[in-house]
Amino acid sequence: MTTLWPRIEPLLPRVQKPARYIGLEDGMVVPDHGAHKVSWAVMYPDTYEIGLPNQGIQILCEVLNERDDAVAERAYTPWPDMASQLRSCNVPLFTLETHRAVGDFDVIGFNLAAELVYTNVLESLDLAGVPLRQQDRVDTDPIVVVGGHASFNPEPMADFVDVVALGDGEELVGDISQVLQGWKRSGKPSGSRQRVLRELAQIQGCYIPSLYDVTYEGDHIAAIEPKFSDVPEVVYKRTVADLADWPYPKNQLVPLSEVVHDRLNVEVFRGCTRGCRFCQAGMITRPVRERPAEQVSSLISNGLRRTGYDEVTLTSLSTADFSGIESVVAAAIADPLTCGDTTISLPSLRVDAFTVGLADKVSNARRSGLTFAPEAGTWRMRQIINKLILDEDLYGAVESAYSQGWKRMKLYFLTGLPSEMDEDTTAIADLAANCVEIGKSHNKKASVTVSLGGFVPKAHTPFQWFGQNSAEELSRKIGLVREATRRNPRVNLKWHDAKASVVEGLVSRGDRRLGRVIEHVWRHGGVFQEWGEHFNLDLWHDAMAANGLSMDFYVTRHRREDEILPWQHIHAGLHSDFLWQDWQDSLAGHGIPDCRWTPCYDCGACTEYGVEHVVASPVPPAGGSQGTGQDIAAVQAVDGANWVPVTLGSGPS
Amino acid sequence: MTAAPNPHADANKHDRVIHVLRVRYSKAGKVRFTSHRDVARMWERAFRRSGLPVARTEGFTPRPRVSFGLALPTGYESVGEYLDIVVSAPPAPNELDGAGLANGRRLTAAELPELLTDALPVGIEVQAIEFRVGRTASLQELVTRCRWTFEIRDLDEAVAHVAVTKLLDSTSIPTTRQHKGKQRTDDIRPAIYHLTVIDSGAYGVKFETELAAKPRVVRPSELVPVLAPAHEMGVAVRIKQLTEQEGAAHEPLMCNATPAPYVQARAS
Repeated sequence: MTTLWPRIEPLLPRVQKPARYIGLEDGMVVPDHGAHKVSWAVMYPDTYEIGLPNQGIQILCEVLNERDDAVAERAYTPWPDMASQLRSCNVPLFTLETHRAVGDFDVIGFNLAAELVYTNVLESLDLAGVPLRQQDRVDTDPIVVVGGHASFNPEPMADFVDVVALGDGEELVGDISQVLQGWKRSGKPSGSRQRVLRELAQIQGCYIPSLYDVTYEGDHIAAIEPKFSDVPEVVYKRTVADLADWPYPKNQLVPLSEVVHDRLNVEVFRGCTRGCRFCQAGMITRPVRERPAEQVSSLISNGLRRTGYDEVTLTSLSTADFSGIESVVAAAIADPLTCGDTTISLPSLRVDAFTVGLADKVSNARRSGLTFAPEAGTWRMRQIINKLILDEDLYGAVESAYSQGWKRMKLYFLTGLPSEMDEDTTAIADLAANCVEIGKSHNKKASVTVSLGGFVPKAHTPFQWFGQNSAEELSRKIGLVREATRRNPRVNLKWHDAKASVVEGLVSRGDRRLGRVIEHVWRHGGVFQEWGEHFNLDLWHDAMAANGLSMDFYVTRHRREDEILPWQHIHAGLHSDFLWQDWQDSLAGHGIPDCRWTPCYDCGACTEYGVEHVVASPVPPAGGSQGTGQDIAAVQAVDGANWVPVTLGSGPS
Repeated sequence: MTAAPNPHADANKHDRVIHVLRVRYSKAGKVRFTSHRDVARMWERAFRRSGLPVARTEGFTPRPRVSFGLALPTGYESVGEYLDIVVSAPPAPNELDGAGLANGRRLTAAELPELLTDALPVGIEVQAIEFRVGRTASLQELVTRCRWTFEIRDLDEAVAHVAVTKLLDSTSIPTTRQHKGKQRTDDIRPAIYHLTVIDSGAYGVKFETELAAKPRVVRPSELVPVLAPAHEMGVAVRIKQLTEQEGAAHEPLMCNATPAPYVQARAS
């Protein structure tokens, strides 16, 4: 393997944003490719500026490069101008550390963070000169691995991938490297590829789609069965038991050009048990594993010192829930290094006064906007989706924010939720208008931005059986909110393209038959489909029609309990009977508590895997475990003895 | 809560003497594909990483008080870039007060180039630093012309010599470019002070030129379609930025600039 840089350099003056292709980030590791080290090209199938900040890729590259048996470099999907230069000059896709050909690596790993990037995976493989379909690959071709949240239903990509890595990757990439190193040492003899895939199938978390037969009865799946007796019927995800053992990334990359989330990121916990039923991330990443507060503080302080960033984000699915949040924030503010200039940002704010108080502590003088996610317009709907926030909770949080000097609120909502009526939809406008009224008493210029997204049901959630609203229905509901907010100049409405939700829905719950559809879209120029300027719904409709498939069957149809779902053989932690029960509870308007601080309801995430929550505080944070809509005392009184397995203290040190 | 008092803010900026570090640096190798804006952000991070006590502007969003020279086009290399940094700690003779520096260590001027270079990406090297006291005209106002080298790919040297002669013999060279969304045409002939062929090889031909930076910066890339239509420009390097004082051209900062080979060995 040699560097392609002399052939890449002349192309760069011809493309937009050439800094996408140079690497050189601070923190970048230039690995020493030994003859027997398994080389990984880890890819984010989107542009550099979207992919670079991805923490998963940075963590895995560091973990792999610290091993004796592996090396890792990164690559991103080139923008179409660069792709056409590469094709016309016969230069293959390259990594950024040493500008080697991606096709020369032993493994190409893709992070599938979202569904609309799937055609970019095909684009990247094609640019790398790797056969698209796994069945066409020979022994010397790279092993194509995918991971990330979307790969919990990997079936639409089954034709193109060799291995699906399920769950936390920190330990799994090591296990895969070990097996592949043996294969590499043996010289990858003819016919050995199948053998090594069989061997990988023995690793927990490794799903090899080609080792399973899917049969159909009409449109429906009749069975999903392993082809061999040593291949597991159900593949279980991997879960890292304690985040304290994995303080990565140790050297977060600092890019030279502008990227999204261009700041220090410190992950404070993984997993979430709030139980919001629409949220795939909250379902598939359980249980909650907090990082010890002292480790968070040292990651912040060392990270700021090393990178020169003046902003840090404390990442998680609900950062205000972190037991150590107050001490971490206090330590960061007091750090003499920062001279009071460091901004601490908290994504996914909880809707309560505690959170506003926290935001008050961390924000500097410039306090323009604050974001909350009530997700639905009425209490009835919020019980259905288990986002147990009363209208009063929202008004309290908003009152508190305006009174402390914020001028703008941004409110996130979903529309097209199960059992949603038009009055639930239009109530979004009422909530926003009431928030404006609260704001006016503190600030003449108070305003509210409503961000409205079309709900897309995802695999491994209680809503996986729900038929998604059609594009027309979503557009109609968006129209209702537009109409209802039109006369209020202080309510600014933004909405997502309902057409893109259709494709997201199609691929999210699709099966193997969609492989041909994805390939058709890619062959007709459908790359960067998550970019508005490139997205083309007609391409997808054409591809479905060309393959005799019905969009409605995949997108808008309600599933039955006894239906075999395409991801039936993938275990994300949750028992399917738990999910079905939660779906039924949802329709009955019953909420479910946050099991960090209330009795275990055995969803499966802990009990099936022999892991536990790692939570430093035995009591829920101020504001209750699920807003004030939930009476924890009552829940505990009913079943006080049946406590969740909660590890107290900071976890094993 | 308001922002904590900023120890680097100039409380009475009008009463105080301004201490400026004028920095000369180079940009070469892969990093040449970053933009002027990217480079400004690299410097901001370098200030924080090195602990240099940079003065900050007042107001809601305090920024480091720095002023960059003329923007270098993306893709160009340079051995003569400039930056003025206002520091909050008054320097002792030939020494910078180390109170705000990393580890509280006092630094001499001689150490500063290395300290800053280490905090910057590979390919950006600080060559020299000079202390100045008091306000001076900004670099953008001072610099009137720049000296460049540039390559034209796949060009024959004999053809290049003919093209240079023809260009220098012409009395006007109308050039059209996009400026703020509009087509603008101006004559660039008066902006060309000097143009000559200095090397050739398998890559093509290398030229040296001196071009005006006032009223606007004329770039070597504007000469390429005149000299060799349909050819591509290779690497272009800014060699010098020049100011004029009493009829003579000076660099904004005199120093024995390290020539490019040393820089390139470190870059890429």
